[in-house]
Amino acid sequence: MEKHWWKILSAILLFYTVIAGFLGDVPTMAILNESIRNLYFHVTMWFAMMILMIVSLVYSIKYLGSFELKSDVIAEESARVAMLFGVLGLLTGMVWAKYTWGAWWVNDVQLNGAAGTMLVYTAYFLLRNSMDDEQKKARISAVYSIFAFAMMIVFIIILPRMTDSLHPGKGGNPGFSSYDLDHRLRLVFYPAVIGWTLLGVWIMSLRIRLRNIHKNIESN
Amino acid sequence: MNYLQHVAVRSLSNKHTIIMMFQLLNLVIKEFRLEWRQRSVVTGILIYVVSTVFICFLTFHQVIDIPTWNALFWIIMVFAAVNAVARSFMQESRGVQLYYYTLLNPGAVIISKIIYNTFLLMAVAIVNFVFYSLFLGNQVSDMGMFLLGLLLGSAGLASTLTLVSAVASRANGSPSLMAILSFPILIPLLMTIMRFSKNAIDGIGWAINGNYALSLVALFGMVVTLSYLLFPYLWRD
Repeated sequence: MEKHWWKILSAILLFYTVIAGFLGDVPTMAILNESIRNLYFHVTMWFAMMILMIVSLVYSIKYLGSFELKSDVIAEESARVAMLFGVLGLLTGMVWAKYTWGAWWVNDVQLNGAAGTMLVYTAYFLLRNSMDDEQKKARISAVYSIFAFAMMIVFIIILPRMTDSLHPGKGGNPGFSSYDLDHRLRLVFYPAVIGWTLLGVWIMSLRIRLRNIHKNIESN
Repeated sequence: MNYLQHVAVRSLSNKHTIIMMFQLLNLVIKEFRLEWRQRSVVTGILIYVVSTVFICFLTFHQVIDIPTWNALFWIIMVFAAVNAVARSFMQESRGVQLYYYTLLNPGAVIISKIIYNTFLLMAVAIVNFVFYSLFLGNQVSDMGMFLLGLLLGSAGLASTLTLVSAVASRANGSPSLMAILSFPILIPLLMTIMRFSKNAIDGIGWAINGNYALSLVALFGMVVTLSYLLFPYLWRD
C-alpha cells in the first residue's frame, strides 16, 4: 500500500482539478469569459507532456551512457505517454480556439510548433519499428530522439518569441501570470500539472509491466 | 608532479586535436576527389533541380506573388537537398565503414561530411536560383542578403540532413525513411530561412532581418555540435 500513495494522490488531484476547475471562481475577462477554465486542462496537459518528454530525453541520454535496455524502455514509453497528452492538449486547444478565435486551426507559430512536435514523435516511433535488433534500435533511436528534442526546443520555445502570435503569453498577448492576481488560478493549475504527470507515470508503469510480461512469455 | 601531469595531458590533447584536424582535411579532400572522379551525384542532383524548375515553369509560367515564389524555391531546394544528402552514408560499403572505424576519429568523419554537403548544397542552391530566376522571374531586391540566405540555408540543411542520413542509413537504409525522419526536424529551420529570404526579396533591412541571420547561425552551430557529440554512437554496428 505504501508504494501506491502516489496513484491515490493522482486520482485525488485530478478529481479536484475537474471539480474545482468547473465550479470554482475564475477572473472575469473580456473575450475569454468562461473559456479561461481551459487553462486547467489544455495548459496543464502540455506541461505534463513537456515533463514526460524531458524524462524521455534524460533516459535516452542515460541509455547512451550505460547501454542498459531498461533506460531505453522508459525512454520509449514516456515518449508514448507524452504523445497521448500532446494529442489531448491539441484537442482541448482546438476546442478553445474555436470559441475564442473562431476557427479550429489558425496559422500560428505556436500551433504549428505543436503539430511539428507530434510529427517528430511519430517519426521516432516509425524509426523504432523499422529495426529488429534491440540494442541497435535503442542506440539509433536514442540518437534521433536527442537530436529531435533539441530541434523541437528551438521550434516551440525560441521561434514563437521571435514572431507575433495569437496565443496567450506570446507576441504581446497577456500570459496566464497576468490573469491570476489573486492566485485563484494557481490553486488549481499546479495540482493539475502534478495530477496529469502522475497519471502519465502510472500509465507508463503499467505499459512497462505489460511489456515485461510479454517478454517473459516469449522467452519461456 | 601535478604540473607535469597537467602538461602531459595538455600536450596529448593538443596532439589529439592536430590529428583530428589532419584527418578532417584529408577526408574533405577525399570527398571532393571522389565526387570529381564519379561526377554522378552532382550531375544527378543538378538534372533533378533543373527539371523540377522546368516543370514548375510549364505549370506556373510566371510566379508574381512573392510568398509563392519564395515558398516554391525553398520547397524545390529541400527536396533536392534530401536527395543529395541521403547518399552521403549509403554509398559507402560496410567494408569502407569498418576501415574508417579502425582508423579515424568519428568527429572528423561527420564534420567532413557536413563540410562537403554544405558545398554541394551551395552549388545546388546557386544552380537552382539561376534556373529559377531564368524561368520563373526574379524579384529579389536585396541580392547580397538573398545570397547570404542561400549560404545559411544550405549550411543548415546540410548539417541537419547529414546526421539524419547517418541515422537512416544505420536503421535500414531506405530513402523513404530519410524523408520521414528529416521533414519534421527541418520545419523550424525552414520557417526561419523562408522568412529571412522573403525579407531579402522584399528589401527589408538588417535591423529586422539580422535577428533571423543570427538565429540561423546559432541553429547551425547547435546542429554541428550535436552531430559531433552523437555520431560516435551511430557509426559502430
